[in-house]
This record gives sequence, structure tokens and C-alpha cells, in this order.
Amino acid sequence: MGVPVGHYLALSAVLFSIGALGVLLRRNLIVVFMAIELMLNAVNLTFVALARQQQSMDGQVIVFFVMTVAAAEAAVGLAIILANFAQRRTLDADEIDDLRG
Amino acid sequence: MIAFWLLAILSVVSALVVILHRSPVYCALALVNTLFLIAAMFVMLDAHLVAFLQVIVYAGAIMVLFLFVIMLLSAGDEVRLEGRGGLRLAATLTVAALAFELGALVVAKRGENVALPASFGSTEALAERLFTRHVLPFEITSLLLMVAVVGAVVLARRKA
Amino acid sequence: MDLLIIFTKCLVALLLVLQVGILLLWVERKGSALIQDRVGANRANLFGGILPFNLGIVNTLMADPLKLFTKEDIVPEGADHFLHWLAPFLALFPLFLTFAVIPFGDVLEVGGRTINLQAVDLNVGILFVLALVSMGVYGVVLGGWASNSRYALLGGIRGSAQMISYEIAMGLALVAVVLTFGTLDLQQIVRAQGQLMWGVIPAWGVFYQPLALVILFIAGMAESKRAPFDLPEAESELIAGFFTEYSGSKQSVFMLADFVEVAIVAALVTTLFFGGWQVPWLQRDGFHFPGGLSLALPSLLVTLLQVLSFLLKLFLFCWLQILIRWSLPRLRYDQLMNLGWKRLLPIALVNVAISAVLALALQGWTVR
Repeated sequence: MGVPVGHYLALSAVLFSIGALGVLLRRNLIVVFMAIELMLNAVNLTFVALARQQQSMDGQVIVFFVMTVAAAEAAVGLAIILANFAQRRTLDADEIDDLRG
Repeated sequence: MIAFWLLAILSVVSALVVILHRSPVYCALALVNTLFLIAAMFVMLDAHLVAFLQVIVYAGAIMVLFLFVIMLLSAGDEVRLEGRGGLRLAATLTVAALAFELGALVVAKRGENVALPASFGSTEALAERLFTRHVLPFEITSLLLMVAVVGAVVLARRKA
Repeated sequence: MDLLIIFTKCLVALLLVLQVGILLLWVERKGSALIQDRVGANRANLFGGILPFNLGIVNTLMADPLKLFTKEDIVPEGADHFLHWLAPFLALFPLFLTFAVIPFGDVLEVGGRTINLQAVDLNVGILFVLALVSMGVYGVVLGGWASNSRYALLGGIRGSAQMISYEIAMGLALVAVVLTFGTLDLQQIVRAQGQLMWGVIPAWGVFYQPLALVILFIAGMAESKRAPFDLPEAESELIAGFFTEYSGSKQSVFMLADFVEVAIVAALVTTLFFGGWQVPWLQRDGFHFPGGLSLALPSLLVTLLQVLSFLLKLFLFCWLQILIRWSLPRLRYDQLMNLGWKRLLPIALVNVAISAVLALALQGWTVR
């Protein structure tokens, strides 16, 4: 009598939406980044739930890769934020508008 | 079942704290909490190795990196969420629509819980998949990690 | 009934951790006194001097914790109250959890049941330990940040940078061990060490992975920020580093975390390299010496011997860590990071490579 897979997928949809909301509504670059990580984790949950339903380990392999790539992305993204801060002394996303027309 | 609902509600609350709290340190801690709860859900889904990898890699390393950067930059409390009421409302409505769509897709697809092979989600099973069928992405990912490390060092280095 | 057994095992593991932590406080005090040729703390008495003699061991076992718990709990001005309260919890709780997967005996056959003497039998036990050690970093980082003091913050950042650097070397040493035993389950690893090499020597991990033992020991001591790696909490320099601004029970939690981590490193080393609860040549039904001599023993006595052997080895390695702490000078921070990244990490990688080659080439080089 386990939990139906749909429950996990629904939860993952909710978490993904919360992450998307965070990306749209926050100005602090680091918090935006954290919301992106939240979205990645919601997707991981989807993969693992479906892997269990399809009884295929491939879903978990994908999660492994997503985690690795997320680690690499976090490192590089935070390095970019640090470099940006060194120049502008701000973490506000609205103030990075050099490319604005 | 109770376990799932408990974990689900706690993780949603935690995720809301991540996007709504003023102080970035609290957001980071709430994200660690969410990651832990998701790892617990992985264990419930018979993905034992992936659950512990989540704690070791995500909650134990990546979030520490986040905390370091927050503390190094002394990212203080920011002004409340951006935008005038119009933008906030538009964003919330759009995301609610997204959630509803995803949810509808989900509900349309039902599945049953069948018995699993005993070693599902174990280290051996994942390793067997990883090193036979997916060995090429594995090697490319290691290359990606090296590129990321070099890139991060180059980007964050202070100009001499 | 099963639930009661599980609950009892968890309780036993928890109490074991607590007892070892407190006893280590006394052993550290008196042991360091022995090493430094002095007497150590021995002035404890009841109600201000009612007894005509001083109670030696009671000093650290009761008076010290009592003093710490009854002190005022000061939170610095401008510090974040919630984080100030959370940091000690995050420093200690994962360490308590680690003992849930350490096997302290083989099986207890009582009342017709065979009880596995391990609180939780996870088939990914080593990963569980690694995960919890990773979580210990948060206590340090938040302790430094929540104190609203720049020296505490400095100590916190240094301490956590040190911890995450040595986690890698520790993980690689554990990889070599997993390669040798072919399983991540700690109870299976200990049981596998009951086999005999060439019919004579017990197949303890130290004979297969001596380099991994050294790496794990050094990395473990660096993880727990003990000397010679204790610059983040250097008592003669930064006062107490990241937990400078803590007083009373929160400070005692940090100190307890220090000693519990000593116990964890000792427990890991005994479990993985020195046979855990294995007594050489002792099987479940008695001794089976290599010459053919054997001695039958009742199973309860066997279990008792095995648990005692585990405790003995645990204390031996705790004592070794205390000995090292009070004998070696402190490493400077850059020397510390050098050691972790430029020396331990390459050596650990080479060790894994050599172990892998040996495991493939010599079929007998693994313990399955």
C-alpha cells in the first residue's frame, strides 16, 4: 500500500513552481541561485519517482548526473557572482543592467 | 502514507521560506532543510544511494559553498520582494498556472506500485548502470567537473 | 516486541556515545596531565568541603558539566538568536546519529531471538557516516556567523574550510576500504574480517589497507579540529575560535561534540581496520585456534567478549588521539591546507588506484 507515484510528481510540480516564483520575485542574486537549485531538486524528485514506477535504474543515473552538473554549475555560478561583486559591490540583480538598451 | 504527507508539507513550507525570507542565511538553511527532506523522500522511493549522495553532495558540500559565499560577501538582509504589486501578481498567477498544468499532466498519468527487485536503488545496481550503459556521459561529466573547477578558480581570482 | 528491541538498541548506542564522551573528558584531563608530568584536576568536593578528601574522578565527571550547565547563557549583542541556538545543535546531532550504524557486537542470542548488535543495519553504512560528517560543518560555520564577532567568524570560516578539505581525503580512504571489502555495510565488513589469512592471521583491514588507515586517521583528526590541526579553535591564539561567544550549556555542547568526534574516528578506525568487535580466532561457538585447538564457549560469553573487545579497541584509539594531541605542535593554517590538498589527496588517490589494480590482479587481495 505505497504512495501513488502521482503524489510525488505533484509535490515535485509544486516545488518547481515555488522555485520558479523565487527566480522571478527575488533580487538578491544568491537567493535566485538557490531557487534554481530548488527547481533542480524538484526535477530530481520527479526522476526518482518515475524510476521507481518504471523499475528502471536509468532514472537514478540521470539524477546522479543532474547532481554532478548542479555542483559544477553552483561552483561556476558563485564564482561569477563573486567576480561581479568584486567589481560592482552589489548583489542586486536589478543593478546589473549594462546590456539594457 | 503519513510519512509522505509529513515530508511533503514540511518541504513545501521549507521551500516557501527559501523564496520568502529576508535574510539569505536563513534562505540557505531552509534550502538545506528542503534538500534533507527530499533525500528522505528518495529513501521512501527505494533510491538509497541517491538519497545519501544528495545529502553528501548537495546538502553537505554545495550548500556549504553557498553559505561561504553569503558570509564572505556579507549579503545582508534585502528589501522585501521586488516589483510593484502588478509584477508580483503577474508572477504569482503565471507560476500558479504552471503548477496547475504540471499537476494536470501528473494526474492524467496513473501507475501502480509493483514489487521491485530487492537490489533496486542499491549501490551495485546504480554502478552497474553507470559503468556499462552510461559510461560515456560519466566520462564527459568528469571532464565537465574539471572544466568547472578551472573556470571557477579563474573567475574568482583577484586580478593581480 | 521488535520495536522494543530496536528502541533498546538505539538507546544503547546513544548511551554509549554519551558515556564515551564524558569519560573522554576525564581521560583527556588526566591523560594530558600524565603526559605533561603534572597531577591534573583533582579538587572536587561536596558542598564546599564536607569530605576530608578530594574526589578525583568526580571532578570532571560531575562537577565540570554541572558548572557548565549552570552558567549564564550569553548571546552577544546583535547576534542572531535563532542561529546562535541552532549552531550547537547542528554540531552535535549528526555526530550522535553516526553511532547508529557502528556495530558493537555480533549477535545476541536471547529468548530464541538473534539480535544483531547494531542500532540500524543500513546497507550503505559508510555513506551514512560520510553524510553525517559533512553535516557537521554547518555547526562550525553557523557558530562563527551567529556570534556577530569577526574573530569568531574568522575561526568559523577557517574551521569549515579545513573540514571540507579533509572530507575528501577521508572519503577516498573509505573508497579504498570499500574496494577491499566489496560492501558498504559496516556489519558485513566486520564479519568479513573474521576470516583468516593463510589460515593463521585474522583478515583485519589494517593488513590490506595500511595506507588508508593512516589517511583516515589523519583526516579524521583534522575533521574534528583536534591538535595538531586545531588552529580554528586554537586555545592559545583565538581563545576558542568559532565558539568564543558561547557560554554555559551551548559551550558544553560544542566541547562534547569535540569528544564525540574523537570517539567516532576511533570507532571508524576499529570497525574498518581492526576488526571492530572481532576477537582473533573467536567464532560464534567458541575459539578456533589455528593449530587445530578449539574451545567451546556459550554464546552469551562470546557476545560479551566481542563487545568488550570493541570497547577496548575504541578506548585504545581514543587514547592514541589524546596522546597525539598533547605531543605534537600545532600546524599553521597554510601548512594544514597544504597537507590536506597537496599531500593527503594525491596519496589517497594513488592508494585507490593501487588497491584497484591489486584487487583485479590478485584475486586474494579482497576480503569478501
